[in-house]
Amino acid sequence: MPVNPDLQGRVFDPVPPYLVGREKVREFARAVFATSPLNFDPVAASAAGFSDVVAPPTFAVVVQEATLAQLLAEPDAGIDFTRVVHGDQRFTYTRPIVAGDELTATLAVTSIKSLGGHSMVTAESTIVDASGEHVVTAISTLVVRGDE
Amino acid sequence: MISTSSITVGDIVAEATYALSRDSLVRYAGASGDFNPIHYRDDVAVSVGLPGVLAHGMLTMGLAVQPVVEWLGASGWVSDYQVRFTRPVLVDPVDGATVTVVAKVGSVEESAARIDLTVTFNDETVLGKAQVHVQMRTTFA
Repeated sequence: MPVNPDLQGRVFDPVPPYLVGREKVREFARAVFATSPLNFDPVAASAAGFSDVVAPPTFAVVVQEATLAQLLAEPDAGIDFTRVVHGDQRFTYTRPIVAGDELTATLAVTSIKSLGGHSMVTAESTIVDASGEHVVTAISTLVVRGDE
Repeated sequence: MISTSSITVGDIVAEATYALSRDSLVRYAGASGDFNPIHYRDDVAVSVGLPGVLAHGMLTMGLAVQPVVEWLGASGWVSDYQVRFTRPVLVDPVDGATVTVVAKVGSVEESAARIDLTVTFNDETVLGKAQVHVQMRTTFA
């Protein structure tokens, strides 16, 4: 089943808020080989003007994940998970994520393209904080392989 | 403190080499919540036509920006980061995989810069168009 072209422009309901924990930031930082004290030490983060430890630049993927799960579960999407390859990824920040942030992500499908039997799906997750201010937009392009 | 006046297009600001093991992949799976078994089970990886267990693309993306984060320290922050996943990183169960990152200045503005990453595994680049925009702290907070 090909990817449903009607998905283009679809905006999903926001996913439940994600509360960024200090230990989660540290765990993620260790997993991506981070060494900056800003990722681990609240005192160092505070000295640099942050309210708590700062998340690494790719941490937003943890928050984005629930929105991509929404997309893959959409009944009429026609996206076969076993054929999905991650093509591109981008994070565009207004400010860094810090521990204590309560983040809400909303997914929009911005583009569906066909290329040589494959489909390219661009999914944009807009992530805002508890006061509704923009923090980061996470953009993924997923390549859905066609029948071989 | 680092400032944009001290860097020029073409400067290498950071370089690093990372030794990935299967343990690294399991750790990243737990930290990120991405439990796709192609990142820890050879039998599953082979059954879907892969040569073996691969590193998560997002792990490669996540570690590749770290030399820039270390270089910046408290002087700035990453405001935009993008990559294209061009080749997989195959992680051998015994020998692991070695990923090398070179971070070079691509453009400089008054209080911002673009850093271009060259990320290689087995002498081939694994990330395309890997660009990091950094913002100096004078314009933040």
